[in-house]
Amino acid sequence: MPTSNRETYFNQPDEQGHFGPYGGVFVAETLMQALEELRLNYEKYLHDKSFLAELDADLAHYVGRPSPVYHAGRWSRELGGAQIYLKREDLNHTGAHKVNNTIGQALLAKRMGKTRIIAETGAGQHGVATATVAARLGLECVVYMGAVDIVRQEANVYRMRLLGAEVRAVESGSKTLKDALNEAMRDWVTNIDNTFYIIGTVAGPHPYPAMVRDFQAIIGREARQQMQQQTGRLPDALVACVGGGSNAIGLFYPFLDDKAVAIYGVEAAGDGLETGNHAAPLCAGRPGVLHGNRTYLMEDDDGQIIETHSISAGLDYPGVGPEHAWLKDCGRAQYVAVTDSEALAAFHALTRVEGIIPALESSHALAYAAKLAPTLERDQIILVNLSGRGDKDIHTVAALEGIEI
Amino acid sequence: MSRIAAIFKSLRAHGRKALIPYVTAGDPKPGITVSLMHAMVEAGADIIELGVPFSDPMADGPVIQRASERALVHHTSLRDVLEMVREFRVDNAQTPVVLMGYLNPIEMMGYEAFGAAAAEAGVDAALTVDIPPEEAGELLLALNRDALDAIFLIAPTTVGARIETICKTASGFVYYVSLKGVTGASHLDIAGVEQKLNEIRRTTDLPIGVGFGIKDAATAAAVSKVADAVVVGSALVSRVEALADRPDAIAPALAELLAEMRQAMDANH
Repeated sequence: MPTSNRETYFNQPDEQGHFGPYGGVFVAETLMQALEELRLNYEKYLHDKSFLAELDADLAHYVGRPSPVYHAGRWSRELGGAQIYLKREDLNHTGAHKVNNTIGQALLAKRMGKTRIIAETGAGQHGVATATVAARLGLECVVYMGAVDIVRQEANVYRMRLLGAEVRAVESGSKTLKDALNEAMRDWVTNIDNTFYIIGTVAGPHPYPAMVRDFQAIIGREARQQMQQQTGRLPDALVACVGGGSNAIGLFYPFLDDKAVAIYGVEAAGDGLETGNHAAPLCAGRPGVLHGNRTYLMEDDDGQIIETHSISAGLDYPGVGPEHAWLKDCGRAQYVAVTDSEALAAFHALTRVEGIIPALESSHALAYAAKLAPTLERDQIILVNLSGRGDKDIHTVAALEGIEI
Repeated sequence: MSRIAAIFKSLRAHGRKALIPYVTAGDPKPGITVSLMHAMVEAGADIIELGVPFSDPMADGPVIQRASERALVHHTSLRDVLEMVREFRVDNAQTPVVLMGYLNPIEMMGYEAFGAAAAEAGVDAALTVDIPPEEAGELLLALNRDALDAIFLIAPTTVGARIETICKTASGFVYYVSLKGVTGASHLDIAGVEQKLNEIRRTTDLPIGVGFGIKDAATAAAVSKVADAVVVGSALVSRVEALADRPDAIAPALAELLAEMRQAMDANH
């Protein structure tokens, strides 16, 4: 495993939001004041006792934290190698890790006196998690969603509407997640005075990548303690799926300075990296600037962003959080990719062998863990972030098998 | 003296204001852009702002987004846009051309390669929407090396010391975005604009262009009373869109609107 000799990985980003050459603030002047206001408030409340107490109470009583760590003993035996443990973010309220972040940002919005929440969503999980906290705090909520995704994720659209959110269809560009993000930014520029933009992943301009990481790092902090309690030591390897990369950075971050712990981020290889039909900017993309930060992107030779493909809508994004770009370059984390069909196989395996239906996003992490486990000894430990539950995906899986439900 | 500085000096001497039309290069098809540039100059444009199409134009409203999409159907690239400027320069040596667009196509080409190629093609300045002065150091070095001006935006929300930072970084002119929102929005408040321009003028001698919300002769005339330059984009691009299937009619339609604006602006003086 390549490792760097860096003393600590906890000193990123710098004051301007740079993770090495990545991150930063690449937005039009019209957004600078709003980002500055957000940065100042985030830095203030990150250390504010009453804010943190309110956040902790919500995470415990509303989200249901801590989420358990579960030893997938039967699946581990079947794979014939390392022991696989699962961090059960699928058991959170709303069924995924997304709510850890939306709770944090919504509480921040309330402290800042904002009355209106906007968000972008791809698969709809972040939209649902945002609509949920907006409902609970009595905030107006508008969710931007690509017109193509609205058709693909009808159930989540209805969920958001039940929760009182207005779902606005985005008809520009490829009509998917990246275009929803563009549209949410446009709304924010226009309604800066009363509006808080809850970004769902560790991308976007500073302070979003750092702020979303800090709200998601609860995953890794809990897991680090739980592994020590349950196994008496730290795991040998961490595995998490990476779209924008929020569940992955949430798990990885507290372990970054535990240099004996190998870290694997798993991107969506779609039909296969060699086909070009994938969503794996770290494995097969190039650095560039999109959505307010410099990072690895899926782009053509003219610098235009290209359309991505993954069976999992949550991984179907042409960029990736800048901290992952930096961790890749300095060798602390390794980024790999698994195909749609490998992810599907893992989806079925975990469902049949452990009685847990994983999200298709998380199934990418499981698929890589299934490859890694047989290469390790039986007394070694792999911790996988089971970032979400798969109930939302049963229509997709059924359709692939020609079943109508 | 740069072409941009020269034009503002000459306009000032005659008590006139600059009219700066924007079109997206390659919209609705690449072959038409150079002729549109010439037609706009004939109708009274002092500086041409040429949009470089980008797949994710985050700061633009629907009108200019769709222009980018139409241009990208034909894969209009940054290199193609530079080629259009070179072709424009064959018949026009004096009208400044400002490229307006997003950073990623420039990153892909490389800052130094872009600066050299742009200067060589006859470009005068770059307005890169998504690079604030804090991130612009390396790009500015490349632009300066090739004597290209760097235009920056100032927003209604830009205050105090930040206005000063931007004005110190900018050259050619500064571009005041006259309202909160994206391109193509409405509700222009002239008194508010004037107040902000006075604030900006306390920190810089650079000419100030005002854009966003200028849609007809009346708004152009009103803005030209307080600004040094009037930038008009979405109003023109809407006409391109409406005539996309009748490309021969586009140049006269743009010329008509610009001539009305020119006349109304000059009548102020």
